[in-house]
This record gives sequence, structure tokens and C-alpha cells, in this order.
Amino acid sequence: MWELIKSNQRKSVFLFTGMAVTLMLLGYLIGSTFYPDGGGVFGLSIAIIIWTVLSIISVTAGSSLVLSISQAKEVTPAVHQQLFNVVEEMKLAAGLPAMPKVYIIDSSALNAFATGKDPSHSAVAVTAGLLSKLNRDELQGVIGHEMSHIMNRDTKFMTYAAVMLGTIVIISEIFVKGMFFSGAGRRYGSRSKNSGGQAQIIILAIAVIFAILAPIMARLLYFALSRKREYLADASSARLTRYPEGLASALEKISDCSDDLPSANKVTAAMYIANPLKKKGMKLSDLSSTHPPISERIRILRGMMYGAGFSDYQKSFSALKRSSAAIIPASGLRDAAVIPLRAAGEDQAEPQTAVQEKRKLGNIMMAVNDYSTINCECGLKIKMPPGFGMNRPEITCPRCGRKHRVESAGRIKI
Amino acid sequence: MVIGIIVLVLVVIGVLYFVGNYNSLIGLRNQVKNAWAQIDVQLKRRHDLIPNLIETVKGYMNHERSTLENITNARSQAVSAQGVSEKAKAEARLTEAMGKFNLVVENYPDLKANQNFLALQEELTSTENKISFSRQSYNDQVLFYNNKIQMFPSNIVAGMFNFKMEDFFEVEDKAEKEVPKVSFP
Repeated sequence: MWELIKSNQRKSVFLFTGMAVTLMLLGYLIGSTFYPDGGGVFGLSIAIIIWTVLSIISVTAGSSLVLSISQAKEVTPAVHQQLFNVVEEMKLAAGLPAMPKVYIIDSSALNAFATGKDPSHSAVAVTAGLLSKLNRDELQGVIGHEMSHIMNRDTKFMTYAAVMLGTIVIISEIFVKGMFFSGAGRRYGSRSKNSGGQAQIIILAIAVIFAILAPIMARLLYFALSRKREYLADASSARLTRYPEGLASALEKISDCSDDLPSANKVTAAMYIANPLKKKGMKLSDLSSTHPPISERIRILRGMMYGAGFSDYQKSFSALKRSSAAIIPASGLRDAAVIPLRAAGEDQAEPQTAVQEKRKLGNIMMAVNDYSTINCECGLKIKMPPGFGMNRPEITCPRCGRKHRVESAGRIKI
Repeated sequence: MVIGIIVLVLVVIGVLYFVGNYNSLIGLRNQVKNAWAQIDVQLKRRHDLIPNLIETVKGYMNHERSTLENITNARSQAVSAQGVSEKAKAEARLTEAMGKFNLVVENYPDLKANQNFLALQEELTSTENKISFSRQSYNDQVLFYNNKIQMFPSNIVAGMFNFKMEDFFEVEDKAEKEVPKVSFP
């Protein structure tokens, strides 16, 4: 396990160096086009300053920023005991030093993500829809996947990479747009009669081409690594839970659900377990997608028939893709013995009807938002928003007309 | 002079290497201890939950006295067990008794509809899972640690400071050992 993290970190260093060099080159070139003498160094330092500021923000406030953008709410065990139990189980399996914070997103879409700067300061967020539709084993598979992102330091890595990518995109966009709108090209054109103008135009051309290409290349690199890490997290989830079918069946339900997650955007999309923006042009090309095709991930997990180890995942992957590409770093494939699969959990609850599912979803959403409930003797469950009855001590049951004290309301049980 | 410097550099590298090995051994040993502590916490949690469970189901299950007694006995043995291997055995017995109980529960629909019982059962399921997941992670840690003790050159450091190999927490669970059979027609 630790070897795997080290191998991951080596790759991260490689990526960061690549991105940092791109960023600095970009700064230098842009600076040089404006002020040929010494401008390059100035541009370089501006690029480094922007990057430093963004990095500091991402380290200190990155997780809370992402969580608030996705409109996730932190919850207590009283809201959903099973979710907390499953998170703690996976925390133990992964050997994390601290329990991640648990968040629920108020949406009927099916998705989940993890964030955090290191394994001691992490958080997992799941949607209410996910909780209402998945059984215990499936939920465990999803949480195992998220826990693997934390354990493999993917959350930290993806945040940094996103910041670096963001800086490159911002700088080159400002430069390219500035070139077109300020008429800088004309200014350079007139100056070209002077000595050295020729070299100036060449530098300008290189800068423009580089500014257009750099963000594209950086983005493709980022997406390629993000896809590889999704496979790795799937494999780790199977190893942690010893039950690949749980995650496979969860992914199946996720891909069947067509509800959109409105709080996800292009930047945060790479963090979710499955692409939350499936509706919008994700069929463009495999190169520009942040996630591997979900059907492929399911088939790989279902192909693990003999064990739950990394080598089993790799075998299944190679058999399906007919390629020898290494999805798991070599050091992860040295499991001494076969890691046995386990049987399905006992809690194979009866399949729910659509109405039960909707009711459960509603209950979860209300529990997250601190609604309270009174069970009337006539069988009606009266649910009240927080703060209801501040100036009314009694509530009348709308069905049978019995009166209830508002203080007697309890938590919503899921 | 030059030879002196080379010797000095070699000695410094040697000492650093030695210190590094010693520290990583200590680190691994602490991780093993920590993983064991995690298992212990979950085992205690299960021991605490069982009396509650018995109390809740007693009224429903008059005909299952022997099943419940089995659980109580297995629990008291598990509470008093000492050492990794003895604990593993006692806990395996308790798990078996609980498994029998779970089968019996299927015959009591009233019990399965009881909110308290359902909450307790989720707690117990989760505790059992937590035990097996912490066992999983403990065994992983023990494997790393034992490997480090046996492998060259850290075995020299381990021998000098008397680092001892740790036991795995093994359970004899037939279902878990079973490999799915695939037959070709």
C-alpha cells in the first residue's frame, strides 16, 4: 500500500514539474513580448506570484471551498447512522489516521466525492439520492472508492493539479484575449521597421502559439491522470471491501440514473465518482473526459472472479481492454497471496418500490435540513421545518385533527 | 587526507542508513500496535452491544434459549481471552454463535419489525465489519513489519535491537477461505 503511494507521488512530482515549467515558460514568453529587455523575468515572477497565491488558497481553504460550491452539508451520525458506520468501516480498512468528515448533498442525483489536504484532514460527500437508492454493500463500495482517493493522496494531488491548470488557463487566456482586443499586434507591426523588430515578431508568434497550446496540453495531461486514478481507486475499493460486486452494482445504478447534479461544474467534475455532467457534451472524445466510461469500469470489476487484489484488477483490465497498459503501479502487484473475495453482506434488503425510494429520499433530505417529526396516532407522520412553531406551541394533525405539542417532535428516522 | 575524507563520508552514510532503518522499524512497529488497538476497540464494542441485544430479543425468543446462552458464554470467554492467538480463537467462536443467531432471527417477523432491534442489528453488523476490516489492516501492517525484520539489511538492525516478529490475526472462517468454483462444461 505504502509503495503505491510513493509511486503515485513520484508521478505527481513529474506532473508538477511539467506544469511548473509550462507555467514559467508562459510567463517568460509573455513578458518578453511586451518588454524585450528584462520583461521575461518580470513575466516569470508574475506567473510565480499568481501560482503561489492560488496554491496557498487551495491548501488552506481548498476543501471548504469545494464543499461549499457543491452545496454539501456536514451531518452528524444522528442524521444517517448507516452512512457513518460505513465510512468508519472503510476508514479502518484503509488505516486512515482520522475519521473523515461526512457531508450530504441535497440532490436526487447519484454521486459522491472526497476532498482534503491530507488523510488526517479529509471529507467525503454523498448525495441524498445515493443514500436512498443503494444498499449497504453498494454504499460500502462507493465509500471505499472515495477512501482510496484520500489514502492514495489523490485529493491533494488533484487540488494542486487543478490550481496549476487554472493558473495556466487564466494567464494564457488574458494574454491571448489582450492581444486581439488591445491591438497590440498593430503596435508591434509598426515597430518592426526598427532594428530587432524581426526577432520581436518571432517571439510574439511563439508566445501566442504557446499560450494557445499550453492550456490544452495541460488539460489533457490532467484528464489522463485523473482517469488513471479513477481506475486505481476502483481497484483499491475492491481490495478494501473484498467485494468488487458492491461497487460494480453501485456504478450500474449511478449510470442508470439520469438526474443531473446542478451544483457540479467543469472544475469539480473530476472529483466525483462518476461524471456529474453527463448530459453536456461528454461524448466529444475520450481524450477530454475526466472519467473512464462507466460501463467499462463495471465490466472490469465484474471480471474479478478469483480475488480482490490489485493483480486481479489488473488482469481483468488487461483482458477487457486487450492491452498490457499498467493501470496499477508495479509495486502494487506484489501481493504475497490471493486476496479472497467475501460473500454479499447479510443486509440484502428487499428491493424497494419507486414510492418507498422517493419517500426515503425525502426523509434523508429533510433530516439533513434539521426537520423534525411527530408520529400522530392516526398513522400520519407530521414533518416540520426547523424553527416551526417558534410562536405556536401546538400543531393540529391535518388528517385527524388531534393536537400535538411541537416540543414533542423528534428526529426523522431513516 | 583524501582517503580520510572518503572514509569519513562512508562512515556518515553508513550511520545515516543505520538510523533510517532503525526509525522505519520503530515506525512500523508502532503502526502494528496502533492497528491492534483499533481491533481491540471494536472487539470491546461488540462485547458491550451483546447484552443489549440479548435484553431486546429475550421477550420475543422464548424457544431459542440455547442459542442465546451460547452467545452469552462465547462472549464471556472472549472478554477474558488474552494474547493475539487466544483472542482470535475466542472471537471466532463468538462470531459463529452470532451467525447462528442471525439465522434464527429470520423466523421472527415481529422482531424484524422492531425499530430498536433494527438499530441494534445495524450497529452489530457494522461492528462485525469494523472488526474484520481492522483485522485486514492489522494483518497488512504485520506483513510489512515482519518483511522488514526478515529482509536484508534491515534484519541486521532488527537483530541488534531485538525487534520480534508479530502474529497474524487469523480466523478460521470457511466462507472466507472458499474460492469460487468455475466449471467448464
